[in-house]
Amino acid sequence: MSKTQVKMTVNGKTVEALAEPRTLLIHFLREELNLTGSHIGCDTSHCGACTVDMNGKSVKSCTVFVGQAEGAEITTIEGVAHEDGTLHAVQEAFRQHHGLQCGFCTPGMITRAWRLLQENPMPTEEEIRYGISGNLCRCTGYQNIVKAIQAAAADLSVKEAAE
Amino acid sequence: MITAAFDYHRPGTLDEAIGLLSEHEGSAFVIAGGHSLIPMMKLRLAVPEHLVDIQNIAELSGITVSASMIEIGATVTQADLIASDALFEVCPILRETALQIADPQIRNVGTLGGNVVNGDPGNDMPAIMQLLDAEYVLRGEGSTRTVKARTFYESAFFTVRDESEILTEIRIPVPPSGHGHSYQKQKRKIGDYATAAAGVILTLSGGKCTDASVSLTNVADTPLWADAAAKALVGTDLGTEPIKAAVDAARAITNPASDGRGPADYRTHVAGIMVQRAIHAAKSRAA
Repeated sequence: MSKTQVKMTVNGKTVEALAEPRTLLIHFLREELNLTGSHIGCDTSHCGACTVDMNGKSVKSCTVFVGQAEGAEITTIEGVAHEDGTLHAVQEAFRQHHGLQCGFCTPGMITRAWRLLQENPMPTEEEIRYGISGNLCRCTGYQNIVKAIQAAAADLSVKEAAE
Repeated sequence: MITAAFDYHRPGTLDEAIGLLSEHEGSAFVIAGGHSLIPMMKLRLAVPEHLVDIQNIAELSGITVSASMIEIGATVTQADLIASDALFEVCPILRETALQIADPQIRNVGTLGGNVVNGDPGNDMPAIMQLLDAEYVLRGEGSTRTVKARTFYESAFFTVRDESEILTEIRIPVPPSGHGHSYQKQKRKIGDYATAAAGVILTLSGGKCTDASVSLTNVADTPLWADAAAKALVGTDLGTEPIKAAVDAARAITNPASDGRGPADYRTHVAGIMVQRAIHAAKSRAA
């Protein structure tokens, strides 16, 4: 059972490493690359705390072997903010609208919401709830998360109109 | 949870993949999205020594719709099925069903091929494939065969597929234009398997049902094609009596387990309700 060489792009940077094939993408990100923003919640593909973006789609990185991500473009929560360090509109909206309490689900929730608003820039409340149905939050009851995503959608559409 | 160790292969062609399966027969598993297999590997319910990842095999990723046949490659994801307007136009129950499977992240990765081939009775697509009389194309070393979904499933996680064969394609006869369809699934929460679910397609002509098919999910150790339930509908006006006969015929073939989703008799009861709702919905959608 030999290690294999893996190469992928994570948050815009090419990374290369030797890894055991049984390494899960979430373990690779957290332990090999020290990107500990993505969390391991349930480890059974239910909770969505480990959500990252892979080739332009939200995936649960606890249920992807590192070899499956060979050659992929990955974005984690660490790659969502702007390069100058200012928060992305989705992050800012979660802060403004108190879209978190303990914060454990937040990296997955924001990474998913960030992709959702690219797929559907002006979702209805129902579409937001359905779009984040793979992300569990045990604190907020989702109300402020939904409000935050609605606010981020409005903010992004204003910014887009200004461009 | 960490799975047992294995060697990972990502062949670029079908022949290479089949060669690897045959070389490591019994210890090599095919992985597509992995959203059934990886959880099973974490629980050591599956302990493959070799994984053959088929994601790079281009010929397995297409959706083709012709006048009489739909052909879907094994690595087409649930999200791909949902996104295909061509598919929706001729066979809308595929989108309706895919949207009831798991959640957005899982649909981005989980494939139709994996869903139908691993034999998990909780999966939704096997019953839909039986409903539509789909067939599966299985390729082995020097062999190709097709098996009807209605004869593919033997018991939970056991199918007629040989370990050295790869499911390459799902072929679905295009259902009659103007057919009504519905997949009704009762589940405890988003992402859950069905407590019980039922698929119905039917065709109406002059107020009479001229053709029907009924199938059930997760109320036995295989998906169930409810032939007698469908026969109870054909030739009728789909009034109260024939619907009741179909519901009774569907319930009669169920044999669910008692588990966290409810006691067996409750799940059989729910199966009947799902059949009834699916018939009503399909009838209202039939042209």
